[in-house]
Amino acid sequence: MTYQDVSAFAQTYGLLYLFLLFVGMVIYALWPGNRKRFDAAAKIPLQED
Amino acid sequence: MHILSMLMLALGAAATVTLALQASDGVMSFHAGLMALFFLAGIVLLHRRRSKWTGDEGYEDGIIRAGAIASTFWGVVGFLVGLVIALQLAFPVLNFDLPWTNFGRLRPLHTSAVIFAFGGNVLLMTSFHVVQRTCRARLAGGWAPWFVFWGYQLFIVMAATGYVLGVTQSKEYAEPEWYVDLWLTLVWVVYLLVFLGTLWKRREPHIYVANWFYLAFIVTVAMLHIINNLAVPVSWTGTQSYGLWAGVQDALTQWWYGHNAVGFFLTAGFLGIMYYYVPKRAERPIYSYRLSIVHFWSLIFLYIWAGPHHLHYTALPEWSQTLGMTFSIILWMPSWGGMVNGLMTLSGAWDKLRTDPVLRMMVVSLAFYGMSTFEGPLMAIKEVNALSHYTDWTIGHVHSGALGWVAFVSFGALYHIVPIMWARQRLYSMVLVNVHFWISTIGILLYITAMWVSGILQGLMWRAYDHLGFLEYSFVETVAAMHPFYVIRALGGLLFVIGSLVMTYNLWRTMRGDLRLEASPIPSAEPAPAMGAAS
Repeated sequence: MTYQDVSAFAQTYGLLYLFLLFVGMVIYALWPGNRKRFDAAAKIPLQED
Repeated sequence: MHILSMLMLALGAAATVTLALQASDGVMSFHAGLMALFFLAGIVLLHRRRSKWTGDEGYEDGIIRAGAIASTFWGVVGFLVGLVIALQLAFPVLNFDLPWTNFGRLRPLHTSAVIFAFGGNVLLMTSFHVVQRTCRARLAGGWAPWFVFWGYQLFIVMAATGYVLGVTQSKEYAEPEWYVDLWLTLVWVVYLLVFLGTLWKRREPHIYVANWFYLAFIVTVAMLHIINNLAVPVSWTGTQSYGLWAGVQDALTQWWYGHNAVGFFLTAGFLGIMYYYVPKRAERPIYSYRLSIVHFWSLIFLYIWAGPHHLHYTALPEWSQTLGMTFSIILWMPSWGGMVNGLMTLSGAWDKLRTDPVLRMMVVSLAFYGMSTFEGPLMAIKEVNALSHYTDWTIGHVHSGALGWVAFVSFGALYHIVPIMWARQRLYSMVLVNVHFWISTIGILLYITAMWVSGILQGLMWRAYDHLGFLEYSFVETVAAMHPFYVIRALGGLLFVIGSLVMTYNLWRTMRGDLRLEASPIPSAEPAPAMGAAS
């Protein structure tokens, strides 16, 4: 495996993988069904002393 | 398990005593002696506190109290050393012509003391507090958190005494030699296991976002620390080693480490503090939990690439310089997203800024976070960097982040934690918090404005040519021109030290259980008597 192989992989599949992961995360954060869970989670710090 | 722990400590003690006796240089035998003392004290502590470290009831708060004391102590030490080296730059005679007090040795003492000793202890303390409260679970691992705490203090003492005695591997923010690095690796892995173990046994289904930031901080710092510090020791009994990296690879590895130390130690970790203590203090949930998720993942995805902006116009390939610059600029978005999320948490509770100086400190820390994360990407742009690089502007930028953001949010957390952990009604004095806030804020402003002027002046003088194309100024002329700003900077530092001493006094009186009689900061609701009514 040469430097060229690694960089070719990183610039194509690697980039695509990280980008899709990021898009997936944004969809998860904005998914309407998750709203209730997130609202409940936001209140966690206020429960204990 | 108890026998096994004892056995491991005894083995450690035996090994380090042998090393202390066999060491090929004085510092190694001194440091091995310190480690031996650590193991022996560990055996005694483990024996005496055995019953305390077996239960799973309630919270482990002793370690948070210890962390509050250690953070305050190291903070004052680190700020004081900073003041000393600021004065040395203004008045070189203060180097005293001694190797141990030379600027070159005291400067890493300052940076390590404020980042790793003060900042690190604040992160240990708050992460142990936040993870227990948001998971509603006791810290995992029995005595392991205490090993992390005391092991980390040992790391600090070995690093600090090493610098003063001239032991360094000369990597910025990673100066400790190979054996200190190995010790920190061990401590850090146990820290990760304690944190993960506590998350594992949580009674709360959701892992609160502050824990994500702490976890990213712990994992990434482990990775950075191990890779940047790969080295071959000259011998197993000596302090010296040679790094595995060379040339431009060394430079890039160093700044991949260095910038992510800023990104994951001084940013992600302290954002964990922000996401717990700002909502707590404002008594309102975070403005947008969704934004906090996007903030977390975009920060994690982007920060790791920004390091090359420390190597503009060097032997580093052009494309990687551009990559570093581009990612630094994109970082504007998550940084400001996070700042907005913290600030907007106060919406509907802005009046608290008037009445609660602790919350005010946190909010000002967010303002400094916004300012320094705006300035950073600006300075990462190659054309701006051509002027700013190697000048005092960089030092000013670092301190607006370190004093304004990191230290202020830490002070806020300390002021919040101490009355709770010592079961006091409130802090000893809110007036003193206010005094601390103003003295320190003025100190920071003096510091950063002096460094802006000094840095830009220095950059412009370096690039000034006369009509024949010769350099206008010799280097020493630029040094002389900076003197007044160095004095102003030292004054700013002095104010910051005084502020930290005021805090120390206030926290100490709070721990003792004293309450200063003070009028409520909220103005009385009754209207003032009409003028002339009294006559």
